[in-house]
Amino acid sequence: MGVAVATEGLTRTFGAVTAVDHITFHIEEGEVFGLLGPNGAGKTTMVRLLNALILPTSGSATVFGKSVLQQGDSVRSMTGVLTESPNLYERLSARRNLTFFGRLYGVPEADLKSRVDRTLTWLGLADRADDLAGTFSKGMKQRLALARALLHDPPLLFLDEPTSGLDPSAAREVDTLIAELSRERGRTVLLCTHNLVEAQRLCDRVGVLANGRMIACGSVQELAQRLWSSMAVEIDLLVPPPPDLGEILGAIPGLSMVTVEGTRIEVRVNTREQVPEAVSAIVGAGGQVLRVVPREHTLEEIYFALQKEERS
Amino acid sequence: MNWRRIRAIAEKDLDEVRKNRIAVVSSTILAVVFSIILPVIMTQAMVLEGGTSSDNITSLIPPALQEEMGSLTSQQQPVVLFLGYLLAPLFLILPLILASVIAAEAFVGEKERKTLEALLHTPATDAEMFTAKVVASAVPAVLYAWGNFVVYTVVVNVASYPIMQRIWFPTPIWLPIMFWIVPAIALMGTAATVLISSKVSTFMEAYQASGGLVVVVLGLLVAQISGILFLSPLIAIVVGSFLFAADAFLIWFGIEVFSRERLVTRM
Ligand SMILES: Nc1ncnc2c1ncn2[C@@H]1O[C@H](COP(=O)(O)OP(=O)(O)OP(=O)(O)O)[C@@H](O)[C@H]1O
Ligand SMILES: [Mg+2]
Repeated sequence: MGVAVATEGLTRTFGAVTAVDHITFHIEEGEVFGLLGPNGAGKTTMVRLLNALILPTSGSATVFGKSVLQQGDSVRSMTGVLTESPNLYERLSARRNLTFFGRLYGVPEADLKSRVDRTLTWLGLADRADDLAGTFSKGMKQRLALARALLHDPPLLFLDEPTSGLDPSAAREVDTLIAELSRERGRTVLLCTHNLVEAQRLCDRVGVLANGRMIACGSVQELAQRLWSSMAVEIDLLVPPPPDLGEILGAIPGLSMVTVEGTRIEVRVNTREQVPEAVSAIVGAGGQVLRVVPREHTLEEIYFALQKEERS
Repeated sequence: MNWRRIRAIAEKDLDEVRKNRIAVVSSTILAVVFSIILPVIMTQAMVLEGGTSSDNITSLIPPALQEEMGSLTSQQQPVVLFLGYLLAPLFLILPLILASVIAAEAFVGEKERKTLEALLHTPATDAEMFTAKVVASAVPAVLYAWGNFVVYTVVVNVASYPIMQRIWFPTPIWLPIMFWIVPAIALMGTAATVLISSKVSTFMEAYQASGGLVVVVLGLLVAQISGILFLSPLIAIVVGSFLFAADAFLIWFGIEVFSRERLVTRM
């Protein structure tokens, strides 16, 4: 797998504000990469930089090997963008909106109609295809904007808050669609979102921004490991554990038993990989294991821990 | 330059202009007033009145035309003078206004209705977007002026037939005006609006600001009437050339203003 996006010291200032501050990161081909961070952190600016809408103040970026500094127009032909606001021509029909963008993105005229119809159907807008976009509900506008981003089947998608303003089931549908694009079609996705549950479910890796800097980047697990040296595992036994279990576990490097409450024990491990090790040690000591629940840190916990760290 | 993209943008802009009431209503009213109502009123007034006192008219006729006008009757003179000569600069208002209205829609409308960012995300180059929007503004304005000219020609000849007894319009001056000055003026309305569009954020502001250009044309009319500038075909060609030079200058500035970077950061 190649690299879809790579940046090197990417920086962009607006007057005194540094919206993107020396960011170096990359996105693998086929990956769903989440860009997280509070309002004003620099997510939308990053999307604009990577599509060569604005130029970096310093640093560089490439998209599938093409430089945003010199080859902006060819970079844009490989991307599809769901902008923060839907950006629809409200006085034109849904179909007209899509045929227009199809032509700009170079969809062949012979395929255009069927491509537009298929995309509208895919996003559940087929029965409203000839209505003016201005008459659509917020969620429908969002789906039409998503249709516009997907129409030309770009290898790299930028989705700037795709589920904001959607009802829970519509948001779920969009999430399913993103997962499908990545897993079944091998598309690369950069997802800007404030929805941490969504990000945890969809993203292979996330980057957390604060004041234009990327304060963390990696998979949820990697970030958790970096923040906390150990993780808790809750283990239920059939009968209370043998009395010497604490000592046995304590003897293994990186493992320790924290509490015993009747048949429930809590063990701390340094890495996820040690969970099976802990379980087999318990079984070896005569413990009858019923249920093992590693208490993995959620992206939400990670996010707040990072933001707290950033403030101090 | 990818002409398919240019065409797509220009067509989309014109689709949107068609949904703009101000654009449609103002261009229709102007067309009816200039091409139909004005020539009809003028000729019918002459038919009813049977001519004016020729002293007044003769004093208005510039020396260059004295000879040609001299052979006309006192009933024919005002018809030829007004419909054949004096109204010519006024006809330039038509392409000017339409070009400004479409350009205001094409350049400011996207900003006002928050559709610009999605367009800027497409592979269309800055030059393609700029060209498309200039073409969408200037070409229909020129065609509109020509359409009006055809209608005006028919109306003038028919309505003045009882007085003139022959088909006399267009006079030679109209050809350089229509085919040289009109395109120059349409481009000017477009280019001026492009420049204005970088400073304003609504269609109405752009439309009103570029309305100021009409004053320039009215100035030409006043100069015409007061005999300072009498449009001969040669002068028309010179004036048109100056306008084209000014257009080139304005468009050069317009291209500077119309870059993605600027459009995004001023959005
Ligand atoms: N055109 C501009 N002119 C001046 N400042 C700008 C401009 N665009 C962005 N900024 C500033 O850059 C910073 C980052 O903005 P950006 O829109 O990238 O944030 P974001 O992470 O997308 O926020 P949100 O979650 O609210 O969408 C902000 O401080 C913003 O004010
Ligand atoms: Mg944003």
